[in-house]
Amino acid sequence: MLRNGQAGVVGERAWKWGRVPEHPGFRNMSRSYVPHFIHWLGSPPNFYRFAGNVRPWLMAAALVCAVIGLYGGLVLAPPDYQQGDAYRIIFIHVPSAWMSLFIYAAMAIAGLVALVWRVKLAEVIAMECAPIGAAFTLITLLTGSLWGKPMWGTWWTWGARLTSELVLFFLYLGVIGLYNAFEDRRRGARAASLLALVGIVNLPIVHYSVVWWNTLHQGSTVNLFGHSSIAPSMLWPLLVMALATHLYFFASILGRARTGLLSLESGKQWVRQLVTDTSR
Amino acid sequence: MNPVRKRRLIVTLLILGAVAIATGLSVFALQRNMTYLYSPTEVDAGKAPNGHPFRLGGIVKEGSVHRVPGTLTTDFVITDRFQNIPVTYTGILPDLFRVGQSTITTGTMQNGTFVATKVLAKHDATYMPPQVAQAIAKAKEEHKTGDGGRVAGAQK
Amino acid sequence: MTQFFAMGGYAVYVWPAYAVFFIVLAWDWFAPALRRRRLTRQLRGRIARERTRSARAARAEVTT
Repeated sequence: MLRNGQAGVVGERAWKWGRVPEHPGFRNMSRSYVPHFIHWLGSPPNFYRFAGNVRPWLMAAALVCAVIGLYGGLVLAPPDYQQGDAYRIIFIHVPSAWMSLFIYAAMAIAGLVALVWRVKLAEVIAMECAPIGAAFTLITLLTGSLWGKPMWGTWWTWGARLTSELVLFFLYLGVIGLYNAFEDRRRGARAASLLALVGIVNLPIVHYSVVWWNTLHQGSTVNLFGHSSIAPSMLWPLLVMALATHLYFFASILGRARTGLLSLESGKQWVRQLVTDTSR
Repeated sequence: MNPVRKRRLIVTLLILGAVAIATGLSVFALQRNMTYLYSPTEVDAGKAPNGHPFRLGGIVKEGSVHRVPGTLTTDFVITDRFQNIPVTYTGILPDLFRVGQSTITTGTMQNGTFVATKVLAKHDATYMPPQVAQAIAKAKEEHKTGDGGRVAGAQK
Repeated sequence: MTQFFAMGGYAVYVWPAYAVFFIVLAWDWFAPALRRRRLTRQLRGRIARERTRSARAARAEVTT
């Protein structure tokens, strides 16, 4: 994937690999591929092409995992001793909840890079994370309601876990709204990134809400380190669905980021060429 | 890192830190208002608000559930193994309501009895097939007099 | 089979939950495509207008 001696396209961050830039630290840097690759990826046309190639594979993998996970959860896994078949909502509710938090963290990190380093790609990625994160948060809230009504006896309660997850949803909407309120997309992205970063305090609140406060929502079932209080036949479909949702997120963000880059770089030669030459 | 970026980073982190502290302080200060439920011990100690509804949380005491015949009224006792509070509720109880189960009821104290307008069942974070649950219950019975140690075949 | 769809009596909660999952993610997958199509259409239009404008300017230079 590395091009040697190939001049980059005319643009802000053209990397001319034929000439190594005269940077005092550069010669001392070990010639590992990863930093080179990340720099290469930071250039919009490179990212655009890379993302376009990888995306279908990620989506295919996501679908395969989803089929396996859903079969394991809906067909193979036995009913729960306490909740009967109603617990099967876990296979979409919990992975979606995990994604709502993971995507927020990714958005905040990309937002930090956008704010401090002003990298265009980071701005695009941060802003495009928001709708996907909002989608997973919405799924979490709605499936949680549908699970709560038969099991707890209520669609909603203002306990710490549910309320903080709802706050997360509003934070996502806030980021989307703030971004779209600006004429200048770059300034809008920076403002929205600041909001995203500020909202990161909500993440430990969501996660530890069931530990710090008495709530209706039960504590954690799956623990990264230590004992998970779920039968193996129920755990593996849950983990497979978690993988499926992660793969889906990466496929989705790559697609959205491509469109975002086209929009941001619309005056550039590589975009004009892309739009007129091909029919895509 | 060049000085401009360093400045941006520091400003961002300062804002973030300020918000984190503000949130932490607010949450801490609002603890009493944010109290989701009161235990029987707290209600007995008078910590629960007088006059307006609050949530009482505890376990349904064994042998305390009585359904008043001819009506939808159920009387039971909520306990936290230290104090007991009698509860009366008219309405349909959730599927998971049963003796020994964690329950959260909303209502008011009237003459020593908690008159509930809403009864919610809480469930734990354990998921297992019925056969495993039965095996564990049976093993617990057999080990009742003994050490109460870990059951063989406990899951992951 | 009917047992599967009945979900132990909780079908009215379980299946709508799964429907929410698929519908929301389907929206997330397909909605950006519309935005992208609109964008490429706008860009092509802009480029075409610039071309006619520059062609017109070139012709004007020649005739004067």
